[in-house]
Amino acid sequence: MLEITNLSHVYGGGSPNAHHAIEGLNLSVAAGELLCIVGPSGCGKSTLLRSIAGLITPTGGQIKVEGDLVRQTPDNLAVVFQDYSRSLFPWMSVADNVALPLRRKNMDKKARREAAHEALESVGLAGAERKYPFQLSGGMQQRVAIARALAYRPSLMLMDEPFGSVDAQTREDLEDLVLKVRGHHRMTIVLITHDIDESVYVGDRVVVLSKAPAHVVGDLKVDLPGPRDQITTREHPDFVHLRAEVGRLVRGHAAAA
Amino acid sequence: MKATAEVATRAAIARRDSVARRKGVRTAAFRWLVLVVLILVWETVTRVLGSAFFPPPSMIVVRMYTMWFSGPPSTLFLTDPAIEHILPSLGRMAAGFAGGALAGVVLGLAVGLSARAYDYLDGVLQFLRAIPPPALITVFLVVFGFGLKAQLAFIMFSIVWPVLLNTADGARSVEPLHLQTCQVFRLTRAERLRRVILPSTLPKMFAGLRLAVSLSLIVMVFSELLPGTTDGIGFQLTFAKSQSDLTAMWAGIVLLGVLGYLLNELFLVVERRVLGWHHAAQQLTE
Amino acid sequence: MAGQADRGQDAHVTHDLRVSAQTLARARPVGTATRWSRRAAGAVAFVALIELLSRTGLVDPESLPPATEIAARGVTLVSDPAFRAHALTSMLAWAIGLGLAALIAVPLGLLLGSVPIIDAASRSVVEFLRPIPSVALIPLVALLIGTGLQLRVTLVVYAALWPILYNTMYGLRGVDPLAKESLRSYGFGPLSVLLRVSLPSSAPFIMTGFRLAAGVALILTVSTEIVAGQGEGIGVFIYLAGLAVPARMTDILAGVCWVGLFGVVVNALLVAAERRAFRWHHARLGEPG
Repeated sequence: MLEITNLSHVYGGGSPNAHHAIEGLNLSVAAGELLCIVGPSGCGKSTLLRSIAGLITPTGGQIKVEGDLVRQTPDNLAVVFQDYSRSLFPWMSVADNVALPLRRKNMDKKARREAAHEALESVGLAGAERKYPFQLSGGMQQRVAIARALAYRPSLMLMDEPFGSVDAQTREDLEDLVLKVRGHHRMTIVLITHDIDESVYVGDRVVVLSKAPAHVVGDLKVDLPGPRDQITTREHPDFVHLRAEVGRLVRGHAAAA
Repeated sequence: MKATAEVATRAAIARRDSVARRKGVRTAAFRWLVLVVLILVWETVTRVLGSAFFPPPSMIVVRMYTMWFSGPPSTLFLTDPAIEHILPSLGRMAAGFAGGALAGVVLGLAVGLSARAYDYLDGVLQFLRAIPPPALITVFLVVFGFGLKAQLAFIMFSIVWPVLLNTADGARSVEPLHLQTCQVFRLTRAERLRRVILPSTLPKMFAGLRLAVSLSLIVMVFSELLPGTTDGIGFQLTFAKSQSDLTAMWAGIVLLGVLGYLLNELFLVVERRVLGWHHAAQQLTE
Repeated sequence: MAGQADRGQDAHVTHDLRVSAQTLARARPVGTATRWSRRAAGAVAFVALIELLSRTGLVDPESLPPATEIAARGVTLVSDPAFRAHALTSMLAWAIGLGLAALIAVPLGLLLGSVPIIDAASRSVVEFLRPIPSVALIPLVALLIGTGLQLRVTLVVYAALWPILYNTMYGLRGVDPLAKESLRSYGFGPLSVLLRVSLPSSAPFIMTGFRLAAGVALILTVSTEIVAGQGEGIGVFIYLAGLAVPARMTDILAGVCWVGLFGVVVNALLVAAERRAFRWHHARLGEPG
């Protein structure tokens, strides 16, 4: 599904204050997987995500999505950004926001509207079609952004710290929403977060990145009994163990086990 | 739990709105009252003083009525002088505004969409905007000769720069994440321009247009104050001055004030329709 | 900005991607030097265009003399004592009028912005005075007080008042109530709250208003002088030259260039001062030019 080989990226290359964001990063993601990427803040997680999305051209290495080299944004790829207030279009109603990307999909107006409605329903926002983003709470706006990505029916969905700007309660709701929608839609999800608990709770697999320049320092399979639940999963011994493991990796201690 | 919180905030908003509305009615009434009192004071003071330079407001209003608004119903009560002077003024202003605004928006988008074009033209445009338009009136008169063409060109030239520069500024400051979103969802150029860039530009574009509205009134009057004009509200002002007809001058000034006020209100109505989302979103973040 | 964003922190990434709206290609970050050289190149091209239009006769050289001639005349005008006197008189009227307007409008704005009852009482007057186009007052005020310096100063004050007043009041409305309350909770009186919190936090808006007023004041100075058509002043110079067109077209345009340059320099200085003084204030507002 996604193959990253020897990726590196330098900002301001050549200048004395050049910044090596990523160096020698290798990663592969299987179809249908939900991969969480964690790392210390400022480690180049977003750079990695933007490279996959074709928003920036990395200075070295290769990224392949479904076997094709990424040069610009691949087909069937959607991104949910952290900052919903700046990624939703404030002048469009919720439904128009969700339906906008469908213009590229050869759908007529009616089909677009239906797809938008369906996507909004699946994120629990049925009936909010005619509202404007500013009339919704932060968590609801992020749901709209997720609905927009879902309606697009991507085979790969990238989420860049999608719950970084909402309160704790909403965050848990949205985590469960992601788990729920990936059950309905067959797609691969790469979710970037700096929250260790979240990565273990949501992911099938957690990849830990080092400080900049980022490379993979840990790759853990998350094998927790499903369906996951905010209370019981989080007290499960495996969860506690994994989370400690990831925590150590993030902080730069060598993995013990 | 979230649902109840939401209901609670909604109720709070509704409550706040109704309180605000009641308060709004009261302040509006208060303002009108103050205005009436002030006009009465103005009336009394001018009557007591009896200065020819400061006619009482009642006289000004009567003069406005007899001069412009006492015509037959067939002309919507406009008198011949009104048709001869007010309508041409407004027509020139409207045409000049429309032409200048259109040119400003189109050129502003063109300049703002290319970082390079903006860099090259920025300095020249700043210079052109800094020139007080009245300084160039003679040039327009020489190029176009006395009359309508010169006046229209003058008004257009005066307002095109603020509209152009504000539009360009707006087009340049499109939220980067919006553009990235467009890119991720592979929107075409035309779709980006129409659905994302143009709406993002609107708030600043309207700031420029608003400036252009009041500026077009000013330069319209200015172009009519100059020797060689034969009609218009500005011409009536200079004519009244030459006759030392103070009441007529005051009438002209009040008329222009009212026109300015109405134009501004009209503009606000349009702006509220077009930029409703923007204002609402801003109020919430404040 | 480039160096700052290049650190590549996650939070900065969005700023680092300079996407130009049209192509959505990452525009290469352009340095200040490049930008200035482009600006200069644009100016040179503009001058060359005028030169060309005039020399080739595409535009009647009588109404648009070649740029080099205008520039040459502009230089000789500086050493002409009569022109210098015109220019100085105008600058004086502009500066006095603008200064007076600020002296009146800032305290007035603070008063109206912080005492609701006075605001409500005066609002209707303000709303009815402001839309009167300032140039419409020229004939009346000229009749009342004559056409000397006092006429220009009066009209400049009238026109420059509004942007400063409105921006001051607007700035006051945006003051964080929390900041005011916290000061009040330490036992500060309303006046010290006004001076310590409200005034500084609305200062960027006042400054913007002042910059807009400076431009308006320049327009009014020149307009009044042209309509008055006598005495001294750059507008008078332009008006008198206008009586002898096309012979003195070069004079007019040279004068206009000086006025425009003056406007650009004043504006640039004020923008620079704003940036310097209010780096803490993120100018989120559209700045109507």
